[in-house]
Amino acid sequence: MLSLMLLVPAIGALACLFVEAKAARTIALVATVIDLALGIVLWANYDIGGAQWQFTERVPLFAGFQWAMGIDGIALMLIVLTVFLMPICILASQSIAKRVPEYMATFLFMEVLMIGVFAAQDLYLFYIFFEAGLIPMYLIIGVWGGDNRIYAAYKFFLYTLLGSVLMLIAMLWMANEAGTTDIPTLMAYDFPPHAQTWLFLAFFASFAVKMPMYPLHTWLPDAHVQAPTAGSVILAGVLLKMGGYGFIRFSLPMFPEASAQFVWLIWGLSMAAVVLTSLIALVQTDMKKLIAYSSVAHMAIVTVGLFAFNTQGLEGSMIVMLSHGLVSGALFLCVGVIYDRLHTREIARYGGLSINMPKYALFFMLFTMASVGLPGTSGFVGEFLSLVGIYQANTWVTAICATGIILGAAYMLYLYWRVAFGVQRNADAAAMPDLSVREWLMLGPIALAVLWMGVYPESFLAPMRADIAALDARVARAAPAGDSKLKMKAPKAAPAASAEAH
Amino acid sequence: MDLSASLSLIAPEILLSVSGLVLLLVAGWAGDKASRWISLAACAILAACFALTAPAVCGGAMGAGADAFGGLFVADAFAGFAKLMIYAAAGAVLLIAPPYFEQYRLMRAEFPVLVLFAVLGMNVMVSATDLMTLYIGLELNSLSSYVLASFLKTDNRSSEAGLKYFVLGALASGILLFGVSLVYGFTGTTSFAGIRGALDGHMAMGALFGITFVLAGLAFKISAVPFHMWTPDVYEGAPTPVTTFFASAPKVAAIALSARVALDAFGPQADAWRQIVVFASLASIVVGAVGAIGQSNIKRLLAYSSINNVGFILIGLAAATPEGASAMLVYLAIYVAMTVGSFVAVLMLRTEGGTHTEQIADLSGLSRTRPLLALCLAIQMFSLAGIPPLFGFWGKFVVFQAAVRADLVPLAFLGIAGSVIGAFYYIKIVKVMYFDEPADVAWKDGGKAHWALLAISTAAVSPLGYLLTIWLGSLADKAAAALFLAA
Repeated sequence: MLSLMLLVPAIGALACLFVEAKAARTIALVATVIDLALGIVLWANYDIGGAQWQFTERVPLFAGFQWAMGIDGIALMLIVLTVFLMPICILASQSIAKRVPEYMATFLFMEVLMIGVFAAQDLYLFYIFFEAGLIPMYLIIGVWGGDNRIYAAYKFFLYTLLGSVLMLIAMLWMANEAGTTDIPTLMAYDFPPHAQTWLFLAFFASFAVKMPMYPLHTWLPDAHVQAPTAGSVILAGVLLKMGGYGFIRFSLPMFPEASAQFVWLIWGLSMAAVVLTSLIALVQTDMKKLIAYSSVAHMAIVTVGLFAFNTQGLEGSMIVMLSHGLVSGALFLCVGVIYDRLHTREIARYGGLSINMPKYALFFMLFTMASVGLPGTSGFVGEFLSLVGIYQANTWVTAICATGIILGAAYMLYLYWRVAFGVQRNADAAAMPDLSVREWLMLGPIALAVLWMGVYPESFLAPMRADIAALDARVARAAPAGDSKLKMKAPKAAPAASAEAH
Repeated sequence: MDLSASLSLIAPEILLSVSGLVLLLVAGWAGDKASRWISLAACAILAACFALTAPAVCGGAMGAGADAFGGLFVADAFAGFAKLMIYAAAGAVLLIAPPYFEQYRLMRAEFPVLVLFAVLGMNVMVSATDLMTLYIGLELNSLSSYVLASFLKTDNRSSEAGLKYFVLGALASGILLFGVSLVYGFTGTTSFAGIRGALDGHMAMGALFGITFVLAGLAFKISAVPFHMWTPDVYEGAPTPVTTFFASAPKVAAIALSARVALDAFGPQADAWRQIVVFASLASIVVGAVGAIGQSNIKRLLAYSSINNVGFILIGLAAATPEGASAMLVYLAIYVAMTVGSFVAVLMLRTEGGTHTEQIADLSGLSRTRPLLALCLAIQMFSLAGIPPLFGFWGKFVVFQAAVRADLVPLAFLGIAGSVIGAFYYIKIVKVMYFDEPADVAWKDGGKAHWALLAISTAAVSPLGYLLTIWLGSLADKAAAALFLAA
């Protein structure tokens, strides 16, 4: 089943290379829609409460490599997110005019690799998928990107490569030490604590760049701004999630002691990220850059949640990741919609769009609110759960990270105000037509998903619950004692928090 | 061991030397008109040698059955593995060279003959188990190479390359001989087995000096830093087919030779030479990567790239384990495929006027003007950078795996961090070809032989190459086992 999901876009990618532009668009759309259908089948057949790893496939290949696939609830949700965003990306690529067949092939190839990352159950297989993603993304940014695309492509490539090669050495060492490359086995293997320290740092280098965490985030705004719209959606929607997925799949279960040891580092960087990047976002004049910085701030909420060492934090992080995948993807699409019409990302060039593009303004507002974390949207559920989780571990971190919500409201509402409200300053912006059918098809499904996740997150939490509980049990032995423990002694404090959340 | 058994072991070498001499006579009698035919005949001879050597490799020949001439020469699986790579690389060069030289009306019938003699020298190098045999092989190879480097005799740069190669090569030989004399003086023997016995346990200071000088001389030949300075100049100046040759076959021979000297003769003192190898390896990775960044000539860039790759191969040597030796061989095989592929692609960059371009800037927008060629070159570049799923990643993977298993984790960390610097200039070429606007150059299509070679090499470094891993790994393991038989 999982191999089939990899095979469909792979065949599509090859087919795209041999046809004309128009046919390539159709092939790409069909391939991604088939994959979406397969993803829905996957979700429907996923047995909640069943075995931890489902849909497993295991074929030994060569020299210790194996084709090992399998998913748990966490991977399932991320795969569904990937296949959900892909057809939308293809639809959003209508404005691409040059070298369409290659573009579509690169995107489909990218989809293969992204699903592969989430489904891989072999250490090296994971690495190959993880690292190979650099090639298509480098080409997408470099060939179809904006004016300063070459600088951005280099920066993206080298930053992420440096992060991941260190991880390779750590993986080699781990495989040597544990005698296996099977990820589920490794997740239960206890590495000696002193080795965990540097193994953790090597993995951290990779995932922190990918995530991206605060001082290593500088590639992200450049890459986002220069990438074409669909590239930004994939980057924000799925590629950043690989970092979070890496933490949840490798760093936490494999090195719990080291995770606890470096918790100050993660918290410190996350706090810095929430406050600083939010402030930076506030002064941006480029829409894409603003959303890119907001991504860094949201990802920081993910990392504090992950490293809260409790169920709420982990569940919250997962929901933030899924929600951010949808919301920031949708926001980039919203930017793309007006960029296609006016070919500028300058916020000042727009204004009063709610007058001539009311439907667009409605969608844009929904996603803005979801990004801010308004109750009823997906953003609220995730951020609330994460902060509840971290509150049990450290109140100060919670206090600082919670300012991110306020600052987030500030920069997002400020952006929305400048773009959608006010007077229509520019005649050309005022003359832009409202959403086309294609754009409805892009934004509509995401809006529904965002509301669904906001109103009934249980659908998304249920498949992950058992896996998160298992992870929580795994890291419990290293969990740092929280400074709010004293207050937590009040009976039913924790159940009340989780009941509210659901 | 009687003489006839020895002679049967050196059958490929006999075939090479006899046919080399015959072809030389043919060349003298038929003149330059026959140079194409002589090239093809030389190719056929290399193919025959390939067939003669292959059984020893597949059978994992080793030990007493492979020794010839009382321990002067060995035809074991390790030597065989290296020879197969040498034949393949030399054969590829013989296919692409005639059209190149004919363009300058400088194709001489001696060219294939010189290549055959160089191959003979390399064969002796990789099979040497005595310092004397080693030196004879090395010189035979070097002397042929000096002539090859300056084969484009009307071109100043080519003559300069030949002269430079000669002077520095002679210096390297001198250093090597000095080391050999010290080793001989302190161990009392020139045979590898004898040296190994004498170095077991305590080692005299003089012997350490000897080891250092021998390794320094060999480092010249494999162009490892700090003895690499001749490489960019010679690679740039030599005619491109000859550069292809230099970057592939002699490199294989010199690396295999270094591995045998280090692991067999100096095997007991691995701790003493490991630091030299570790330094040379890291320095090569860094200098190879940093030096390449500023280059505007693609041949110079590939020269630095080869320095960089030697660094990775030396990581396998530093491990000093059978696994490390096997990893070196796998890396070498992949390296030869990538190098030949890249240089063939460079050779195919022929403008309508018939001149070959070597400037990276001329590659601008190649993906638009010659998409297939650009795709092949891009695959080679990503593979050289070691990005999975291309096959170049596998070479780095096995080398680093061997280093980690030998507890050289810091070396592995530094080496792989250096590979990121290297990735920069490989993706720079991709950038020029794919992101930039097309340059105003009218391209002429490459020949059939070029396309065939490029297709083979690109298929080998593409993910399809992983189908070879089991086979390649088992052959390399057998070869490495032959090297460690005595240890």
